[in-house]
Amino acid sequence: MTSKNAFLVLAGALLIAACTPPADSSLVVYSARNEQLIKPVFDLYEEETGIQIDFVTDKAEVLMQRLVAEGKNSPADLLITVDAGNLWHAAREGLFQPVESSVLEANIPAHLRDRDRQWFGISVRARTIVYDPAAVSRDELVNYFDLAKPKWNGRLCLRTSKKVYNQSLVAMLIAQYGERETEAVVRAWVDNLATDVFSDDTRLMKAILAGQCQLGVVNSYYFGRLQKAQPDLPLALFWPDASDGGVHVNVAGAGVTRFAPRRAKAVAFLEWLSQPAAQAVFANVGMEFPANPAVEADPLVLSWGAFEASPIDVVTAGELQADAVRLMDRARYY
Amino acid sequence: MSVIPRPHWLRRTLPGPWFLVAFAIALPAILAVGVVAGAFFNPDTEVWPHLLEFVLPRVLSNTFWLVLGVAILTTILGTGLAWLTAICEFPGRGVFAWALLLPLAIPGYVLGFVAIGLLEYAGPVQGFLREWLGPGSWLPPIRSRAGIIVVLSLTLYPYVYLVARGAFLTQGKRVLEVAQSVGFNSVQGFFKVALPMARPWIAGGVMLVVMETLADFGTVAVFNYDTLTIAIYHAWFGLFSVRAALQLASFLVMGVFIVVVVERWLRTRARYHPGKSPPGGRIRLGVRNRWLSFACCGLVLSLAFLLPFTQLLIWAWRDVVTGGLDLRFWGFAWRSVSLSLTAAGTITVAALLLNYAMRLDPHPLSHLAGRIATLGYAMPGTVLAIGIFVPLAFVNNQLQAILDFLFAANAPQLTLQTGLATMLLAYLVRFLAVAHQPVAANMLRITPAIDESVRVLGVSGWASLRRVHFPMLKTGLLTAFALAFVDLMKEMPITLMTRPFGWETLAVRVFEMTSEGQWQQAALPACAIVLVGLLPVVILTRRSDHEA
Repeated sequence: MTSKNAFLVLAGALLIAACTPPADSSLVVYSARNEQLIKPVFDLYEEETGIQIDFVTDKAEVLMQRLVAEGKNSPADLLITVDAGNLWHAAREGLFQPVESSVLEANIPAHLRDRDRQWFGISVRARTIVYDPAAVSRDELVNYFDLAKPKWNGRLCLRTSKKVYNQSLVAMLIAQYGERETEAVVRAWVDNLATDVFSDDTRLMKAILAGQCQLGVVNSYYFGRLQKAQPDLPLALFWPDASDGGVHVNVAGAGVTRFAPRRAKAVAFLEWLSQPAAQAVFANVGMEFPANPAVEADPLVLSWGAFEASPIDVVTAGELQADAVRLMDRARYY
Repeated sequence: MSVIPRPHWLRRTLPGPWFLVAFAIALPAILAVGVVAGAFFNPDTEVWPHLLEFVLPRVLSNTFWLVLGVAILTTILGTGLAWLTAICEFPGRGVFAWALLLPLAIPGYVLGFVAIGLLEYAGPVQGFLREWLGPGSWLPPIRSRAGIIVVLSLTLYPYVYLVARGAFLTQGKRVLEVAQSVGFNSVQGFFKVALPMARPWIAGGVMLVVMETLADFGTVAVFNYDTLTIAIYHAWFGLFSVRAALQLASFLVMGVFIVVVVERWLRTRARYHPGKSPPGGRIRLGVRNRWLSFACCGLVLSLAFLLPFTQLLIWAWRDVVTGGLDLRFWGFAWRSVSLSLTAAGTITVAALLLNYAMRLDPHPLSHLAGRIATLGYAMPGTVLAIGIFVPLAFVNNQLQAILDFLFAANAPQLTLQTGLATMLLAYLVRFLAVAHQPVAANMLRITPAIDESVRVLGVSGWASLRRVHFPMLKTGLLTAFALAFVDLMKEMPITLMTRPFGWETLAVRVFEMTSEGQWQQAALPACAIVLVGLLPVVILTRRSDHEA
């Protein structure tokens, strides 16, 4: 390639790469919820209201650093994240502004939204026990704490503690049972492991299918996805009873940013997200549960049965996340 | 390029005008590294005791063994394979010569994911063994230190292979003949003469491998192998302390800096000026060695490239059949390619200028600027993105404040921290090292003797550059462009953070899918990345083969 050709290619590429259509944005969203899950929602909104949404996806903490660095010049109107811990952290960093809205307060239950009205849960996911019914009888299962018992030695599989879902789970356990008890339980979990921790839930379930272990803890929607791909999946979900502490749930949620340039539009979008039409799309695309109790979940999700969510506020997941992480480091749960 | 004569003592203490060029190129890196290193002085005293006691010892030990293992294995693989395909003759040599570079296009976490999927307990290989040999059958666990060392080495050895092969091609058979004339046999000749002569190039390649290993996040995450990079994210995402994360990153940067300085100091002890003599033909191997070589090359190529690529193709095909090849996909592909071409060109030009600056003005400050400029390669991508984003956002806010003051309500809204220019700047900080190495290696060939004879013949200034230097540097520049291009196609964290709205590349697409565990849907964009990345690599090697 002669230098002249190279230069032409370069110039052409530069020109084309620089040609972005002028941003005629009507709403700007920073989303930690991935593009393939959130775009259907944005498309639906644009269809219904004609308002176009410009969005950027990235990891939640990175988006937060972005908002901090941009300060009052940030173009973002809304921040959407997928874990209550992140929502709590964002609120603590002063990245949200409170929203007074009777619609939101009516549609989203109190334990799924911030006490100071800084953020609102949009969909709910459960992290619960999955087991192989051929190897484990349903009567043997009680709750997360029970997984520490010696009878499970060599039969348990867990995901890495570095994933925020497990951090929130342990945070909830700390809130329910206290730090000392929880640390003993987590140490016992590690002793009961059949193999090294997995880096994702689907792998974990495949290990159970292959017989490497007999039960584990996964997010409900990963189970749903696997079930969708393999309708006769020989695994089952177990929901701990309310009397045994209930099921650990978490939310994907959103809030209006502190320096939102289009505040009224942002609030309107949030309110729309809590309505049935949006709830159905938001939750069902990812096989989650809608936060709005008046909206029904996907039939496959419903087939797993009803359950009692843990009474602990989801915001506790954030308050106690750092403690949970330290606890897991001490307990050598990697 | 006439130089105004200055007194000897002044020439030694002050840097010349070329220093400004080096400094300008290094400035973004200095800023980014500065933001990260500056965190060193702002300790998060709440988090550090916990990190020191429960996290760092294990993490540092893991990182050390990983880097050591990968460095050794890539040296063995890269050098050995380079020797075979450059100097020896065996069936398939012509194809292996360029094919052994293909693993460059495969991201490490893809190979890791495929390897784990195939070889873990629940995977098909062990399943098959259990069926036929009973439940007692056992394979070494893939999710282990050895496993990740092998996987990373298989994706990174091409860096060493490329430079070693260039060195061996230049030396040719003559070096062996010289060694044999002094009484060494061919094996001794390789270890005592050929290898030491190629040392500076090999060291440069290994340096790139080490930096990539230190910065790697995707592969170690798939293996759940906790390195310093994981600890950085652990502090940031888990313990909510971005300060502690930046501090850990500053240690990483300082460590790499020390290693780089030591390596260059060791290297500059000797002057290497290999002649560009023709290779003098290749060694014909005996029958057994011939097929052994074929088997070795074939094995490495299968494991490092054919296997993961076939798996990707199978998954991608399933996706295409269910309608994944839509207009949006082509949009992502186009965005990736145009962005990577632009950035690779910018980076190559910058690498050339930097190398010239360091060559024409060998003042310690120029060299320092050059070293810092290439540090970005060892920093974890997201940390580097923060290091670029924060100063740019700061500058943006200051300028915005001025505009607001001047124009009140009619002030235009600036967004300097995102956009094409910012992305190019960030890419420059990150990938300058990968372009710098090949150009620097090539420049070593332009000996002072050549410069002097050019001057004697009356050619000077731009003419000497165009007619003499440039043709000699062409291979180095093309290599730099190709390597940068391949790396850019795979780049994700910087693109995620600094892109304008609606810009999505293939690598970002892969991230979106894999972070939700949707590996099969990630296969199609991953395949595209590999295919596009292959082209410059293949063109490059076939060209350098013809030259030699």
